[in-house]
Amino acid sequence: MKTENQKAWFFVLPVLLLVAFNALIPMMTVVNYSVQETFGDNVFFWQGLDWFEQILRSDRFHAALGRQFLFTFLILVIEVPLGIAIALSMPRKGIWVPVCLVLMALPMLIPWNVVGAMWNIFTLPDIGLLGYFLNHTLGLNYDMTQDPIAAWVTIVTMDVWHWTSLVVLLSYAGLVSIPDAYYQAAKIDGASNWSVFRYIQLPKMKTVLTIAILLRFMDSFNIYTEPFVLTGGGPGNSTTLLSIDLVKIALGQFDLGPAAAMSLIYFAITLLVSWLFYTLMTKDDLN
Amino acid sequence: MQKRSIVPIVYILFLMLPIYWLVAMSFKTTNEILSGFSLFPQTFTLENYRVIFTDPTWYWGYINSILYVSINTVISVAVALPAAYAFSRYRFLGDKQLFFWLLTNRMAPAAVFALPFFQLYSAVGLFDTHLAVALAHCLFNIPLAVWILEGFMGGVPKELDETAYVDGYSFPRFFVSIFLPAIKAGVGVAAFFCFMFSWVELLLAKTLTAVAAKPIAATMTKTASSAGYELGLLAAAGTLTIIPGAIVIYFVRNYIAKGFAMGRV
Repeated sequence: MKTENQKAWFFVLPVLLLVAFNALIPMMTVVNYSVQETFGDNVFFWQGLDWFEQILRSDRFHAALGRQFLFTFLILVIEVPLGIAIALSMPRKGIWVPVCLVLMALPMLIPWNVVGAMWNIFTLPDIGLLGYFLNHTLGLNYDMTQDPIAAWVTIVTMDVWHWTSLVVLLSYAGLVSIPDAYYQAAKIDGASNWSVFRYIQLPKMKTVLTIAILLRFMDSFNIYTEPFVLTGGGPGNSTTLLSIDLVKIALGQFDLGPAAAMSLIYFAITLLVSWLFYTLMTKDDLN
Repeated sequence: MQKRSIVPIVYILFLMLPIYWLVAMSFKTTNEILSGFSLFPQTFTLENYRVIFTDPTWYWGYINSILYVSINTVISVAVALPAAYAFSRYRFLGDKQLFFWLLTNRMAPAAVFALPFFQLYSAVGLFDTHLAVALAHCLFNIPLAVWILEGFMGGVPKELDETAYVDGYSFPRFFVSIFLPAIKAGVGVAAFFCFMFSWVELLLAKTLTAVAAKPIAATMTKTASSAGYELGLLAAAGTLTIIPGAIVIYFVRNYIAKGFAMGRV
């Protein structure tokens, strides 16, 4: 039971100030830009909600948003079941456990642009290991700078490589917290592997899976560096995800107003979907 | 050897392949890389590494990255500790709203903040300093540290606090000499995560620096475009960025699963 104590605010104050400095001031800058037009020289004109309307109606935004949802959907559908399956087949005890965990966590500690560069080198058609194997050993015609499908397969594979371990580690943490007595009881009852998974392991993994899915949703929805380094959004616009498009508009074309409006819409969508996920997945706990 | 251990072995092999290719490439000469495919370096060379360790623009990249990552880790954990204690032990006006608001900052796309961050840190005169990157990374690291520490603190029974007060401990003495040792795994894990996310982030770090505090990852992108296509050098630089991560991960190896679950199992 927690005690009521308003002085606790003093403990939170440093965090509040630091995060507010980083979150509120830039956010206000974005809001400012989103309702004004500028022709340089720091001269601004009131524009109202025009930029928002323009972005929401533009085909370019719809296309980028569609690609973003497709990417996030694909990686969630692959990474979550795969991560659970790998966690289930891992040893629970013994010297191999830390070795497995450290090796699996390694991709997550590599700087994101190095991940992109590494996959670029890995998939080069004639001198990359994967590219050479696909083109010369299997005889496929694989070149992700030309073929949008190849580019998509590559960025999705890269993300699976990069982040499936997060799901594995979280599921594994849930699994090792199950007492042996549960498994013994299931054995006595003659439960099948499936019922053990469905009625013992899955419920125990629920909290950690919620965290995993939320983190994977948020991070994949905000992804920028890795696909940018790997494909640069191409060929054409085929792998231009939301962040890449946003940076193109803001820093490439320097259209600050539309970029700011797009930022706010983008952030609102991330918040809304995260909140939906969170409520749906924690609904059972409340009942 | 059980049959089911095939799955993790195959998975780990899949994880190691691109890393192997990067490392193998870093020991090849540019000539060998461009002349064709070879599974192992034919003319093993350390030239790429020699360039990095003797050229200040390269090795300062590493020093800069390690500096701002360390500053960020210290700040994030230091301010997150009291806040996490408050969230885990007390109810106060707006606590739930505040906690959720903190987490929403983890959801903000870095691309949204790149330009405003540049203007903000230029305005306060911190542009191109290690402190600027360290403070900017607080945006997503402090909420994460609070979240993790709160999870670990929730696992410590409240009786520990009460007994200490009955025994006449003051709050600061209790916090440092009794409470901190009880959650030291949590502190380690929180520090690990702050290190990790500050180390791998590039967009903000690149936006907030020009010369003096430029991170290694930015040096790499610039070299890739300006000095032609020196894949060997790029691979060597990439290989070196994996090492700090491998070192810190070794220290938290026993808490890694619990840590990724934010202490909530």
